[in-house]
Amino acid sequence: MPTALALTVLGLPFASFAAIALVRPLRRAGRVAGWVSIGAIACAFLAALVVWRSPQGAEALWGWIPADEEPMVTVGVLVDELSGAMLVLVTLVSLLVQVYSLAYLEDEAPPSLGRYYAYQSLFAFSMLGLVLAPTFVQMFVFWELVGLCSYLLIGYWYDRPSAARAAVKAFWITKLGDVGFILGIVLLWAATGTFEFSALFEMARTGQIPLAGLSLTMFLIYLGAVGKSAQFPLHVWLPDAMEGPTPVSALIHAATMVTAGVFMVTRTMPLFELVPGVLTLIVWVGAFTALLAATMACVEADIKRVLAYSTASQLGYMMAAAGAGASAAAFFHLGTHGVFKALLFLAAGAVIHAVGTNDIFRMGGLFRILPRTATVFLIGTLALAGVWPFAGFFSKEAVLAGVLHGHLPGAFVMLALTAFLTAFYMFRVVFIAFFGRPHDVHVHPHEAPPLMAVPLWILAGLTIGIGLRFVVHPAEGEHGPGWLVPLSLGLAGAGFVLAWATYQVRIVSAAALAAMFGPIDYLARRRYGLDALYAGLYRAFILSFSRLVGWVDRYIVDGVLNVLSAWTLRGGDVLRRMQSGQPQDYVYGVAFGVLLLFVWAQFWR
Amino acid sequence: MTGGLPVLSLITWAPFVGALLIMFTARHRPQAVRLIAAITTGVSAVLALWLYVAYDRQAAGFQFYEKLPLVPPLGINYEVAVDGMSLLMVLLTAIIIFAGVFASWTVASRSQEFYALLLALVTGVFGVFVSLDLFVLFLFYELAVLPMYLLIGIWGSTGEVRPRGIFAWAYRETGVGTKEYAAMKLTLYLLFGSAFILVGIFALYTSSGIGSFSFLDLEGVAFDRGLQRWVFLAFYVGFGILAGIWPLHTWSPDGHASAPTAVSMLHAGVLMKLGAYGVVRVGMGLLPAGAADLAWLVGVIACINIVYGALSAMAQTDLKYVIAYSSVSHMGIVMLGAATLTEAGLNGSVFQMFAHGVMTGLCFALVGLVYEKAHSREIGKMGGFGRVMPGIATAFTIAGLSSLGLPATAGFVAELLTFMGAWRSLHPWWLLPAVAGTFLTAIYVLRVIKQIFWGPPSPHFAHLEDARGPEWVALVILVAVIILFGLVPGLALGPVDTATVPLVARIVAP
Repeated sequence: MPTALALTVLGLPFASFAAIALVRPLRRAGRVAGWVSIGAIACAFLAALVVWRSPQGAEALWGWIPADEEPMVTVGVLVDELSGAMLVLVTLVSLLVQVYSLAYLEDEAPPSLGRYYAYQSLFAFSMLGLVLAPTFVQMFVFWELVGLCSYLLIGYWYDRPSAARAAVKAFWITKLGDVGFILGIVLLWAATGTFEFSALFEMARTGQIPLAGLSLTMFLIYLGAVGKSAQFPLHVWLPDAMEGPTPVSALIHAATMVTAGVFMVTRTMPLFELVPGVLTLIVWVGAFTALLAATMACVEADIKRVLAYSTASQLGYMMAAAGAGASAAAFFHLGTHGVFKALLFLAAGAVIHAVGTNDIFRMGGLFRILPRTATVFLIGTLALAGVWPFAGFFSKEAVLAGVLHGHLPGAFVMLALTAFLTAFYMFRVVFIAFFGRPHDVHVHPHEAPPLMAVPLWILAGLTIGIGLRFVVHPAEGEHGPGWLVPLSLGLAGAGFVLAWATYQVRIVSAAALAAMFGPIDYLARRRYGLDALYAGLYRAFILSFSRLVGWVDRYIVDGVLNVLSAWTLRGGDVLRRMQSGQPQDYVYGVAFGVLLLFVWAQFWR
Repeated sequence: MTGGLPVLSLITWAPFVGALLIMFTARHRPQAVRLIAAITTGVSAVLALWLYVAYDRQAAGFQFYEKLPLVPPLGINYEVAVDGMSLLMVLLTAIIIFAGVFASWTVASRSQEFYALLLALVTGVFGVFVSLDLFVLFLFYELAVLPMYLLIGIWGSTGEVRPRGIFAWAYRETGVGTKEYAAMKLTLYLLFGSAFILVGIFALYTSSGIGSFSFLDLEGVAFDRGLQRWVFLAFYVGFGILAGIWPLHTWSPDGHASAPTAVSMLHAGVLMKLGAYGVVRVGMGLLPAGAADLAWLVGVIACINIVYGALSAMAQTDLKYVIAYSSVSHMGIVMLGAATLTEAGLNGSVFQMFAHGVMTGLCFALVGLVYEKAHSREIGKMGGFGRVMPGIATAFTIAGLSSLGLPATAGFVAELLTFMGAWRSLHPWWLLPAVAGTFLTAIYVLRVIKQIFWGPPSPHFAHLEDARGPEWVALVILVAVIILFGLVPGLALGPVDTATVPLVARIVAP
């Protein structure tokens, strides 16, 4: 029963994708295609709720790539608590985002809108397939497909050069991680003979997996997560991905696809537990990513990019928790973050829709003009900053407790510092954009239309509701020491106060603050030079090496041959002259030959 | 199974009959020419599809056997049959040529001779895939190679190669970049290769001492290991030239870039597979010990092909050259899969033959359409075509994604199997260049798509149109095949596996 329902959840978006992609009139109708897609994902959401609430798990496998005896590669669905919860999150956010997009993209030409909803349906299908995957190969298949959807949706406005560049960059950087992922999968298969999670976990439990080289294998698999979940040093694509429409950023680059890496690590935790070295690396990389991205968020002026850096930072939190052995906390934060970050992006989208700019310094005083949008944005901000009793508070505390429990004080300090920065950069945006002096006379900003407002309120309600649920029924499991809650609240409060002092009452000068952290400020504004480094490496190595190879191919490998054939042509040209047609030439030739024969017979015989 | 219709002969000779009909009945009636071509290749396609369905997977082995004595004293017979591997190749050929007829619907000058030659060539290709008699196989092989000279030399297009450097004089003298040069180069290379094949065939014929050219008879002979090594090398070089092995691949970019659309499709899509098929079927099938001894060479060259081809493709500015070099890179995957001598690797190799055939066929069809509309092959001069030709852009993107091994397209399955085989082979490090190749492919494919189809639409190209009527037939068929076989790889691998497993077993045995 759960398998059939899970297949329904998976099949509905696929059916809507196929319908929109193949039926041309439907695609060109635009809004109708949108409603088809929304209808499918709404039904999928309801089915996902049933799957989530049903107590028993289930697994079903079918052969995919046949071989001599049993199938070499299998596919199927795996329903358990983890995938059930993800199904609900993915279908819910997809549904809300698709509804929101109808209003957000109302000015698009109908065929473009049809294309958008085809991509949206394909994405929902791919993400659900990833979540339900019971084997590594299936996970990789859908992993790449969500990457494809991300590429297509970032490049949705493909005639903008910046969007085209960002889409390609996102694909390349994540593909770099995926190269590691597929290598790891193949290596693991060679060591164990299977791709199936259940078989692998069983082997891990009974100690049948050869440990030699397993660290390398798991590290390679982890590389896939580094690319997808925007971990240092492959996080550079995420801010650029904001070139896509804002609802896309909310869905793919905040709530769902980017969390696939965290999901994968959580899902395959029994395997990662065999290699503590890799787990420690995951914690350190996660904590470092959290801190690094937070510093970049502090100096960014583009509201969507602030949120993008914040996403990378929060993904670092999740990864650190997963690596520290607190995968429940990581998954908890994944869920709450998915909700409130989607809320923040959609609210930011409503603001952008209203004022027509991404630059927070060209906004200002929006709270008075857009009170409802500002309110939901504030709710999201409070959740992200980890303020009690919002959802983010509980999950962030669980993450910090988990990392502390893992005896990694260094990583804990980095994450705590990040909590402070998070509150600072979020309230910086709030104060500049929503409370500061109105920048200039806007073109009559308007509140979001109902199709946009309703998803916002639902997400805001969830952000509060989840938090309140944990106020009433505190989560079981690990709790940090008593000083953890005051500390994290204190850090959030300090971040708030600093932002308030700097950007609202302006007791502290922003310039002086920047000067105090001179080098960090300088580097963060330049994205720590990583983008420039990658661009340089790409030009210096790949492009120039390809030019060299191209030259060698044309002028050496092929050149030798052309020289040979040119010589042949010339040689033929010379020899041709011997065929002069004059009898006396031939007589001379014969006489010369006879003379040679005579000489040879006389002197060398 | 074998009673009734001689299906294989019908598939093989239907295009030839079409060629004769075109020559004798359709003079100066281009519509009739196309109709005959479409019908006769359609007959082959339908029969090939039926063949694929009717092939008995449980029984495996060679089926649909037909035999007709030609020169009994010398042991030369017309002997045809298909097993799981050749079955897939026949299907591929049928699909590509059927789509190719539609993709070159607009060939205007001398369409009668064009289609006649094309169809004769196809008979040669089918013949190689179904022949069990090596002598007849060789005849078909030559039939598949020779019409290419005329097809490229007459209907080809001349690219823009500006010779530079110390060899410029040689380039001017040989006429690099012209279609005549390309036709000559391709033919000479392939004939050079077929000389090796002929030597190999006769070496086997004479040393076996059984007076038979039949694959089935020769398969039972245990040749001396030293002989096996040399003859395998001859087959590898001979057939390998057609498969584009480095450094004997340079005929392919020039040839494919200069050839007309249907010819590029057929040549890159199917004829290169003829080479790989020859290495696997004749080389590995008859000379298992030789193959085992020389697998390291095949694999190393294949790794070079993969990386070198991808880097060369990246360096090109002419769209057709990009596709042509990507073939060089992808044929490396085919040869690498074969060189692993494992079940997964060989399945991947055969699957990649099929997958690459379809995707490169699609690529050349699309490039042909773009060229026909925009009158340019220079990537730098194009831009923003997605707005005016969304259908072509979509199909090109799908072909490109398959080429970079995106899951849900046929390319992924082939690459995954090859990777698995590579790591299980005697040389696990082969995995690294193979995987690096997919990353490099992602770079150049997406770069090309971005440059041509994305970006702001240029007013200069605002009048261009999307694909029309018959052209859609070609695109839809090929796109559907790429996705279908990517989603359900068992369709192809079911029969293929029955052919590769005994092959691997024979190779490992000595």
